[in-house]
Amino acid sequence: MTAIRPAVEAKGVSRIFQGAGQDAVRALDSVSVSIRENEFFTLLGPSGCGKTTLLRLIAGFDYPTDGEILLHGQDIAPLPPFKRPVNTVFQSYALFPHMTVAENIGFGLKMLGKPKAEIAARVDAMLKLVHMQEQRNRRTSQISGGQQQRVALARALAPQPKVLLLDEPLSALDYKLRKEMQIELKRLQHETGITFIFVTHDQEEALTMSDRIAVMSSGNILQVGTPWDVYDRPAERFVADFIGETNFLTGTIESAGNGHARIVLSSGARVYAAAAKDFQPGSTATLMVRPEHAKLVKGAGDLAGTIETIVYFGTDTHIHVRLDGGEAFIVRQQNSRCASCGFERGDKVGISIGDEVAQLLKD
Amino acid sequence: MASAKEIADKAERDDIRSRWLLSAPALLIVFLAALGPLLIVVVYSFLTPGNYGDVKWQFSTDAWVSVLLERDVFDDTLSLASAHLSIFWRSVSLSAMTTVLTLIFGFPTAYFIATRPEHRRDIWLFLITIPFWTNLLIRTFAMQEVLRNDGLINWVLQALGITGHPVQLMYTNFAVLAGMVYVFLPLMVLPLYASMEKIDFRLVEAGYDLYATRLQVLRRIIVPLVTPGIVAGSILVFIPSLGAYVTPRVLGGGTSLMIGNLIELQFGQGRNWPLGAALSIALMAIVMIALLFYVRNTTRSDGSHG
Repeated sequence: MTAIRPAVEAKGVSRIFQGAGQDAVRALDSVSVSIRENEFFTLLGPSGCGKTTLLRLIAGFDYPTDGEILLHGQDIAPLPPFKRPVNTVFQSYALFPHMTVAENIGFGLKMLGKPKAEIAARVDAMLKLVHMQEQRNRRTSQISGGQQQRVALARALAPQPKVLLLDEPLSALDYKLRKEMQIELKRLQHETGITFIFVTHDQEEALTMSDRIAVMSSGNILQVGTPWDVYDRPAERFVADFIGETNFLTGTIESAGNGHARIVLSSGARVYAAAAKDFQPGSTATLMVRPEHAKLVKGAGDLAGTIETIVYFGTDTHIHVRLDGGEAFIVRQQNSRCASCGFERGDKVGISIGDEVAQLLKD
Repeated sequence: MASAKEIADKAERDDIRSRWLLSAPALLIVFLAALGPLLIVVVYSFLTPGNYGDVKWQFSTDAWVSVLLERDVFDDTLSLASAHLSIFWRSVSLSAMTTVLTLIFGFPTAYFIATRPEHRRDIWLFLITIPFWTNLLIRTFAMQEVLRNDGLINWVLQALGITGHPVQLMYTNFAVLAGMVYVFLPLMVLPLYASMEKIDFRLVEAGYDLYATRLQVLRRIIVPLVTPGIVAGSILVFIPSLGAYVTPRVLGGGTSLMIGNLIELQFGQGRNWPLGAALSIALMAIVMIALLFYVRNTTRSDGSHG
């Protein structure tokens, strides 16, 4: 693969907030990440993981305690926010209440000193892009939340930034609107070809929209990868736990090699699975199995247990199984055909796991 | 048996009665303490002055004529009362300057306080309001200590060798202006702070993000959002400074009179109560006109944003 010049690159970036008294908060702890041109890149993590702090450092609202941030290879540390070719969509939208929709969208271009005709043309194009032509002369207080969201997007896209930063822009919308805007955002990113850096704590949102995801926790980036990578090949237990539902089973490594290992679970069952790291035989490890990757079987499977509860979800059914070793295990089966037919509460069942979909993680 | 309608009607009657009862104290104060005395002032302005103050119950428009005009002692011709006019002019211009200066000093102060962490703002606001704890007269005499020929400013100027002899600061328009700015500054800072505190400072960040420089953020985002505070603060400063009495009396002496002093003079040594009353009404009229003009202008400029 040829080395593409990254759009944004963070090198050993730390941000330490000096709190009251002696305790300092490490919001970012020597974070390094490289974000490619034209990429939909998501920073995913629980609140307080440092994702918004990283975004604010890129925007220039805050400065790193240590490390450097490069924008197309250029160190942006000396640039104040109004000189960075980067725009932000704020979580609260931060639309100017004393201006109309069109004035909000044209604000950035006006500040850049663009000629009036160019501003007008660009504002029109942006209004069209986000389907807001009819509301152009409304005040921002007179439009709905979803419309405000569109205006915030249009306002940030109007100056044609090299990088667009989005700080949980969909979190204030209701479920249906959020789904719509996810597709809308993806379309906008595709049409404009601008690098999007998207911050969210919603793993589903991250999976559906991103080209690549960086999973963050307490000031560190734990894993960077495609949605498939972070979902199916999580590097750590935290990543597996944070993204999607997962069954975790602990045990001891029996043998390892070739990117795979065999684990002995507490019930005595042996499972052969892909290994995220190199394991030494005898060390403890965690086996991770996604509920949809496991399958209930009538006879003997990789694991054995008793059905405790069957929960119907419409599209699929969750079957809660108590393993013979005592652990809880969830199997998810699609309802395309009668998924739980033939299975009832209290049944002794086997669970089969494909060795390519189960993954071994270090404790 | 009471029907639903009867119960609803009774509830509404009770509601109206309790509203009247609740507003009674306010209405009483408005009628007794504001409208009543004002009516007396209006009536007095159309009477004839008594020999030892007070009024004679005899209709006359002399007081109103002499608000703006003066009768020549010898030939009874009328000419503009230049003394009154210059006092009116001085009052209006000094008050306008006071308003502008308190705005210039108050804006950064209010901005500073509004951008402090929440728990520290109270301390700053407290410091701003401390001067209110002291009597106005005492504060004004303190200003005199600073401004007089052997006062603080002149002492510093001489110690630094900037001037050889004391600069005359007392009894000048400058002294009156300085005193009024000092006295009225909190009245500007508090409403400014109240509207700045409501600003979502993420809007400021959004401004910077959209390539606005500091000055542009101030002009295009902060000032438009603080306009209600600027209007309120200006009104709160302009009106009392137009009627200011103590400050020009102590710091302006006999040479820098303002309307307030002129009015006081009529009720005191001048023994011309009707003229004092007429001047008071004239002052009120000036304030009303200035307010109308100001409010209309600021709302219009605000409307042009839309």
